[in-house]
Amino acid sequence: MRADLELIYDWVPQGAHVLDLACGDGALLESLARDKGVTGYGLEIDPEGITSCVARGVSVIEHNLDDGLASFCDHSYDQVIMTQALQALRRPDKMLDEMLRVAEEGIITFPNFAYWRHRVYLGLRGYMPVSKSLPHAWYDTPNIHLSTFNDFEHLCREKGLVIVDRAVGVGERRGHWTSKWWPNLFGEIAIFRVRRR
Amino acid sequence: MLSMPDSDTLAFADQPTGSVGLVTPHIAQFDTPLALACGKVLPEYELIYETYGTLNAERSNAVLICHALSGHHHAAGYHSRDDRKPGWWDSHIGPGKSIDTNRFFVVSLNNLGGCHGSTGPVSHNPESGRQWGPDFPMVTVSDWVASQARLADHLGIERWAAAIGGSLGGMQVLQWTITYPERVANAVVIAATPRLSAQNIAFNEVARQAIRSDPEFFGGWYADHDTVPKRGLKLARMVGHITYLSEDAMGSKFGRDLRSDDLNFGFDVEFQVESYLRYQGDAFSTAFDANTYLLMTKALDYFDPAALADGDLAKALAPAQCPFLIVSFTTDWRFPPARSRELVDALIRAGKSVSYANIESPHGHDAFLLPEPRYQALFSAFMNRTARELGLEEIR
Repeated sequence: MRADLELIYDWVPQGAHVLDLACGDGALLESLARDKGVTGYGLEIDPEGITSCVARGVSVIEHNLDDGLASFCDHSYDQVIMTQALQALRRPDKMLDEMLRVAEEGIITFPNFAYWRHRVYLGLRGYMPVSKSLPHAWYDTPNIHLSTFNDFEHLCREKGLVIVDRAVGVGERRGHWTSKWWPNLFGEIAIFRVRRR
Repeated sequence: MLSMPDSDTLAFADQPTGSVGLVTPHIAQFDTPLALACGKVLPEYELIYETYGTLNAERSNAVLICHALSGHHHAAGYHSRDDRKPGWWDSHIGPGKSIDTNRFFVVSLNNLGGCHGSTGPVSHNPESGRQWGPDFPMVTVSDWVASQARLADHLGIERWAAAIGGSLGGMQVLQWTITYPERVANAVVIAATPRLSAQNIAFNEVARQAIRSDPEFFGGWYADHDTVPKRGLKLARMVGHITYLSEDAMGSKFGRDLRSDDLNFGFDVEFQVESYLRYQGDAFSTAFDANTYLLMTKALDYFDPAALADGDLAKALAPAQCPFLIVSFTTDWRFPPARSRELVDALIRAGKSVSYANIESPHGHDAFLLPEPRYQALFSAFMNRTARELGLEEIR
């Protein structure tokens, strides 16, 4: 499993009822259901991802996250998970509100634009960063709202959200000690666990 | 239990690969009266059905196929070597196909009130001594499901590995999960809706009026006059057919193409689309019974499980126990994706296991009948998963 997914796996309690936004091929939900008795639904828009979920026996709903979560009731889930999708949404801030409307807790991961390699790319070379976590060219990227570790913390403060946990991932592994101390500089993937106050 | 066909399919030379081959329909007779939703009782009846594949020793690999408005029991394979076309869902039923007959034992029947061999308006009415005709009682989706459950009993099938249907067939599957939740292990509901819209009912009413206003209809007793309301049925089919295709599909198939080079300034067939609709209508008007068509459209109109649960679809679906696969098609405007989504949202609210996909297709409502790579991959994935969950092995 991807580094950020491994961490999230640990954060989801036994028997939780979860919503996984942009659940991809359903690997996370499958292992959560199998090992921890977790229930819930994945939302996905990619046809291959959806077929893969169905093959795994993961309940998946074809859904465009930009349409919001109107069909999901208030406080109907323990957690809403959204990995690597925040930056591709039309209104990430509204989605954050939606996530914490339907669940107690939200887990969000996104590529940290302030990662030192990205800074070097832009600052020294003068090009839009292309990396493992940002693999697209500027003209065809789905990532229309790139942000940094600090940006997200700022948004949470503005919304009065409680950051229960935060972590970083670098490449395939979890963060090195440097990224723990200076996540905005050394964290490639930002991972947050937030709650409404 | 009467005869128990293990498999009534026969391979024949140069049959297409993936075909179940030659099939022979069976008839099941039921002597126990069936109380219908309309208040009437059907004292006895017959159901015609076909089976494909082999029922396993545990009888756990049976799949029920529910047909749509003008469908019937002949869903796959061929009745004779000379058949030009296979059954109506041959692209999805057969060895190696989405509903893999190497694993599943498929049961496909003609519904009560039909005109393809099950008891219906063209059958003999034992009480009156003549054809049922318009006296045949109104049948609803619930009535069909009740009769299908008796067919399952007759075949010794306690629980379907999956109940599967498109359009009106999907509504029967939904009803199965509500009425007999413990008898359905999986449900596949394709291009369906939890209830018809006013527009859907309106189109059905136009079709009915076309039939009923045909001078050859004789109040439904046309058989007594040795005639059929061909013109009415033809019109009904023409208007129905328009709703089965998308605007784009019609446009790309026919555009404004003319049959000849010049305009005739008359009312004969000029545009290709007119010719196509007339052809479809004509073919249907001699192959389908008008009274059956009237009954089937009413069954569609009446279907509304939420109405029996204070208008709450989630509450109506509360008894369901199985995983659902719900599929819609992007250009279907008869039962658009939003209707499937309504169903999906209700299932989510009810806390059911459900997956939903909206398949990109130019073919409108008819897309559910056709092969399409994504549709087939998804359908196969769900059925393979079903086979795995139930521990079904390849039989042949």
